Amino acid sequence: MTFTIPIDNGDAVKNAEADSQRTLYPYVTGTSIVAIKYKDGVLMASDMGGSYGSTLRYKNIERMKAIGKHSLLGASGEISDFQEILRYLDELILNDNMWDDGNSLGPKEVHNYLTRVMYNRRNKFNPLWNTLVLGGVKNGESYLGMVSMIGVSFEDNHVATGFGNHLARPILRDEWHADLSFEEGVKLLEKCMRVLLYRDRSAINKFQRRSLKKALQSLSHTP
Amino acid sequence: MFRNQYDTDVTTWSPTGRLFQVEYAMEAVKQGSAAIGLRSRSHVVLACVNKAQSELSSHQRKIFKVDDHIGVAIAGLTADGRVLSRYMRSESINHSFTYESPLPVGRLVVRLADKAQVCTQWSWKRPYGVGLLVGGLDESGAHLYYNCPSGNYFEYQAFAIGSRSQAAKTYLERRFENFKESSREELIKDAILAIRETLQGETLKSSLCTVSVLGVDEPFHFLDQESIQKVIDTFEKVPEDEEDNAGEAEIGAVAPAEQGGSGDQDLAPMEM
Repeated sequence: MTFTIPIDNGDAVKNAEADSQRTLYPYVTGTSIVAIKYKDGVLMASDMGGSYGSTLRYKNIERMKAIGKHSLLGASGEISDFQEILRYLDELILNDNMWDDGNSLGPKEVHNYLTRVMYNRRNKFNPLWNTLVLGGVKNGESYLGMVSMIGVSFEDNHVATGFGNHLARPILRDEWHADLSFEEGVKLLEKCMRVLLYRDRSAINKFQRRSLKKALQSLSHTP
Repeated sequence: MFRNQYDTDVTTWSPTGRLFQVEYAMEAVKQGSAAIGLRSRSHVVLACVNKAQSELSSHQRKIFKVDDHIGVAIAGLTADGRVLSRYMRSESINHSFTYESPLPVGRLVVRLADKAQVCTQWSWKRPYGVGLLVGGLDESGAHLYYNCPSGNYFEYQAFAIGSRSQAAKTYLERRFENFKESSREELIKDAILAIRETLQGETLKSSLCTVSVLGVDEPFHFLDQESIQKVIDTFEKVPEDEEDNAGEAEIGAVAPAEQGGSGDQDLAPMEM
């Protein structure tokens, strides 16, 4: 006679078997995200790869998604955790929309919500294995921030995750300035993505770009 | 209204479709001393009459700061009001913590109304005996809401609750169309004038009223006695003496300024 019993492993800190229920290593991972503020909003770029260890297994993963009317979320790290985060945000935005009262969650609010989520998971020793980039525009003001898997969170004019921190940010530190036009911003990001393609073994040659403009609040992307 | 056989329980309907306990709770609001709220596009002013139990005691606090951008004035059972203010503060601060941004007042008011509604549907609870005038800001500007014990809430340009509030309401009805475009100073003056209406003959002194302001660039704070007295002096013929103020504790309010005081402590005038 065989039957399954739901496993209650109990306290993860004391019981070794409980480890099977918390994240220890990432499996399918995305590599860097690079994002900058430009004159009219924010620009974000990533490749479309999902690596399984050193195998470049998935070639069509969108690692950046629009959140509500005002924000963009990009993630590197474990793809399944990113999808989980998207589900949380889906519910958050849905509830926000249901109020239908003229108020909406802007990028700052979403960024802080994510910081709380990431930090709380880290405290339970069960992190969401991602580094997240949150960019957006609300009321004419651009916002760009980052949250790591341990809950470290900050805002800046240009951010990158993973290898992007080592390869792309030096370029951005030299060449970023306020009042970049859209074309200049795109060129700058392309430069960063090219360097990443050359030097990051988990990068693939298929890219995604998203932007949020202050005026129109519209999203555009090219695969 | 008179007693009848359907008014013992909040969960008993009358044959005419009324919940008497809820209506009696609303009566309790009418017994409290007056509270007034008015708003313009960018500011909300809450004012109330200071009522003391006896000559020996201090007056009850009826206006509470919920957050920098939300204040509430109550009328009715002040104990219930205190508890609800604590709930509002808690909701506001939790939102600020998670989202680092102020809770829109419209959403707070709905939560408050839902909380009140629960008490009208369980036999082991009773409705809150307090009416709340909630003034606050959200993305679309300044708002004023009235939450009543029934669980209903309404948005107002100006409103008055409590005893002799009808006199204030009449005054406000005459003037409310201008409020939207009023300046901050005009709004404060109208609030104090409305308070005067509820006093019905008693001379208006700054010790008799509490006034609070909040605005788009101004965190919630109370006006100090002098500022109130100055406004009163502009329309009262005989300036009143201020000896009552000596007996009261100091006022912790920052003088009104365009950008508002930061680090403003939540001290009501005459708080003990």
